[in-house]
Amino acid sequence: MPTRTPVLDDRAIGRALARMASELVERCGGTEDVVLVGIQRRGVELAARIRGLIEQSSGARLGFGKLDITLYRDDLQAIGPRPVIGETSLPDLDGKTVVIVDDVLFTGRTVRAALDECADFGRPRRVLLCVLVDRGGRELPIQADIVGGSVTAGPRDRVDVLVSELDGRDAVELVRAD
Amino acid sequence: MTRSAVLGKDLTGLEPLDADQLRLILDTAEPFKEVSERPIKKVPALRGKTIVNLFFEASTRTRISFEFAEKRLSADTVNVAASGSSVSKGETLVDTARNLEAMRIDMVVIRHGASGAAQFLGDRIRSNVVNAGDGKHEHPTQGLLDLLTLRDRFGKLAGLKVAICGDVLHSRVARSNIWGLTKLGAEVGVCGPPTLLPRDVRELGVTVLPRIEDAIAWADALNILRLQLERMQAGFIPSLREYNRVFGVSRERLARAPKDLLIMHPGPMNRGVEIDSDVADGEHSVILPQVTNGVAVRMAVLYLLAGGSPDWHHPGGDHA
Amino acid sequence: MSRPILLTGGRVLDPSRGVDQVADVYLDGGKVASVGQGIAGADGALRLDVRGKVVAPGLIDLHTHLREPGQEELETVASGAMAAAAGGFSAVCAMPNTDPVTDNQAAVGFIVSQAQRAGKARVYPIGAISVGQKGQQLAEFGELVGAGAVAVSDDGKPVMSSHLMRTALEYAQVFGIPVADHCEDLTLAQGGAMHEGIVSTRLGLKGIPSAAEEIMVARDIILAELTGGHVHLCHMSTRGSVELIRRAKDRGVRVTAEACPHHFTLTHHACEAYDTNAKMNPPLREEADREAVRQALRDGTIDVIATDHAPHHYDAKEREFDDAPNGIIGLETALGLAITELVCGGLLTLPELIARMSTLPARIFNLPGGTLAPGAPADVVVLDPEAQWEVHPDAFFSKSRNTPFAGRRLTGRADLTIVRGQVVFDRQA
Repeated sequence: MPTRTPVLDDRAIGRALARMASELVERCGGTEDVVLVGIQRRGVELAARIRGLIEQSSGARLGFGKLDITLYRDDLQAIGPRPVIGETSLPDLDGKTVVIVDDVLFTGRTVRAALDECADFGRPRRVLLCVLVDRGGRELPIQADIVGGSVTAGPRDRVDVLVSELDGRDAVELVRAD
Repeated sequence: MTRSAVLGKDLTGLEPLDADQLRLILDTAEPFKEVSERPIKKVPALRGKTIVNLFFEASTRTRISFEFAEKRLSADTVNVAASGSSVSKGETLVDTARNLEAMRIDMVVIRHGASGAAQFLGDRIRSNVVNAGDGKHEHPTQGLLDLLTLRDRFGKLAGLKVAICGDVLHSRVARSNIWGLTKLGAEVGVCGPPTLLPRDVRELGVTVLPRIEDAIAWADALNILRLQLERMQAGFIPSLREYNRVFGVSRERLARAPKDLLIMHPGPMNRGVEIDSDVADGEHSVILPQVTNGVAVRMAVLYLLAGGSPDWHHPGGDHA
Repeated sequence: MSRPILLTGGRVLDPSRGVDQVADVYLDGGKVASVGQGIAGADGALRLDVRGKVVAPGLIDLHTHLREPGQEELETVASGAMAAAAGGFSAVCAMPNTDPVTDNQAAVGFIVSQAQRAGKARVYPIGAISVGQKGQQLAEFGELVGAGAVAVSDDGKPVMSSHLMRTALEYAQVFGIPVADHCEDLTLAQGGAMHEGIVSTRLGLKGIPSAAEEIMVARDIILAELTGGHVHLCHMSTRGSVELIRRAKDRGVRVTAEACPHHFTLTHHACEAYDTNAKMNPPLREEADREAVRQALRDGTIDVIATDHAPHHYDAKEREFDDAPNGIIGLETALGLAITELVCGGLLTLPELIARMSTLPARIFNLPGGTLAPGAPADVVVLDPEAQWEVHPDAFFSKSRNTPFAGRRLTGRADLTIVRGQVVFDRQA
């Protein structure tokens, strides 16, 4: 039987997002020309929340986009087509500081796909990666610039990020294979 | 062999598909519409896949539409235009199939003058086969793009009344439309000279509308089929002029409709025969949006067929 | 002459004399010597214990295509005659649409001599109605009959000209032979690949309406009535045809008719998935047609079962439905299908079936055989009406394999076929 253990609860997630938001502004040297790009699906919700926090504190407006990387995956054969592909809508990325936001960083393949996809939409000045949870297990030389928290998970374990917009509650849970 | 978890190995027609599969293709086509609007109209989803477009019948529109769909998915494509029938070419379809197989291709898009040719090929090779029109049987991607266009305009297909007008007897477009529409809950009428309606067509679950005026009074949308000019020589209709007078869709006839009708045509049109120019170019015509949607549904079909075993039941973020 | 044969203890069915009893059958000198209880037989006789089996006059097929001369790679007179024997047939009639057409004395003689050389089932040539089967000039019926033809037909094609059909029916009376017609109005059937109905509509194949057959059936009946000639209607497939024949027979018109196993077994649904082995002419029709044909065989409106055995190379069938040739082979499945569908199906008794496959065919084409009366030719089949078997085309004696019945489970088959007092097929051998 797989076991499910909490990693972050809703309050911890709230604190992590607040910290990530301020770190993001610091790393970007402000809010000018910053575009947050959430990866479908939960990355989009997290990006929206971070944007809300930054806009609340700074009063500035941030660029925002959504990215579905399904068509850029390198494993169509292995996992089959996703029956429903999410929306991709990006503002102009040329010369912008693009912050890719996702829920979990694992192998790095999603981020690789997201970088490829962004490159097809424009030429950002700089790209940063912001994730709520880094679970280790990288297969590509990719690291996050901004991390909400870390968890050590085996290759067959799962890290589930739940967001209230989609799942009814906020939580990060580790699901151990056995 | 790749056997798509959702569509099976081949797309030979809409008759074998169920409503969920049809909806899935239409839903999958939505994001592909957006891909065609991107600055770089290309995604790497089918990178490394080899697709042969095997066209035994001349077709500019369908072949170009498939080719765009393939290229926008980054597949490698080869066009084989086998003019004339396989028989006149001296090679049988089964030999053609074996040759393709030996070249280790991933997919074949086939257009052929013989009904059943796509299934024939699909039954004999491991590659995925997509029917781009086989004789008088089916033209499933045309049916799908018509469904998508109707859904775009009306928001739903259930309960919609669609009249398919003209040479239903010889039309693969009509058959694919009938299957797709009826499976998704639309009501289908067919209208044309009785000489050009197939035997027992009512058993497909459609209403026969004897006159074009009946179709116009009944329908929410008209799908006007191309009248092949050789039907006159074969004795199905007396003349194109008379056909236009009795069955042509004209602005005057549409003006008597109780509501505005959506006008569709699979092309290429015979202006002044089955459809008058002011209708084809009028404000209710979606003939060009049909063409745009054609690329999107073909991308969706190729993408869905290319996928391997089903394993997508992860919560979000699992594959990060 | 060969050794006498004594078949002991079988159920003897001879519809020609209303015989259905367990008895011995003694064959000697190429003839039926006696049928009765406790026959001793000569010392050197071949004694075969056939208890539990049925002994009947050899089956006779009025409609086969043996492809020789012209397409010997598909079938020859010899391979066809062997396939016939394996199917329980002691005689078959060969249609004249060979290459060249069997429209002259020499061509008829060639088939007769090939059949004699093969020494299996008897082969009776059918001569062409018109020279070259072109539908224009009457063939020399007198010469054809003189050389051994038993009927005339342009089968494969209809006789489109009503005038030609009329003259054929008139002239054939001189020789006492029937005119067998393939009923198809080509102007309605042109380009058709299957029955016109819901399946052709779904598959997008051009259909052949039932009317294409029925119009010609009606015409042929009218012409038979006009001329007093004997018209034999080949491979009847529609309920409309059955009704026309029934009414004609009621009026006393000289019309006989045949039906094929595929038409009383299958419907147009067999063409789904574009199975070219189910492509034939006349095409497989609807359930109501199939049922009408079965009932017509039951009540005698249709007199006989014929195979329309039509061999084709597998390559020719391995293609687009529109381009594949018409036809299925039938000699080695006819009896099994007939027993399974009609006898097990409760439509015919076994003696009635033997009448439709042996006694009546002999009578209609005025052939020897079809009876076990003493003095009749020693053409006999021993069949096992209970045998369960599966159709394996690879095991056929026919050179061709084009059948939609591969893998089908059937009941009943021939175990032994005797022609002219000689065993030409023995399943045990």
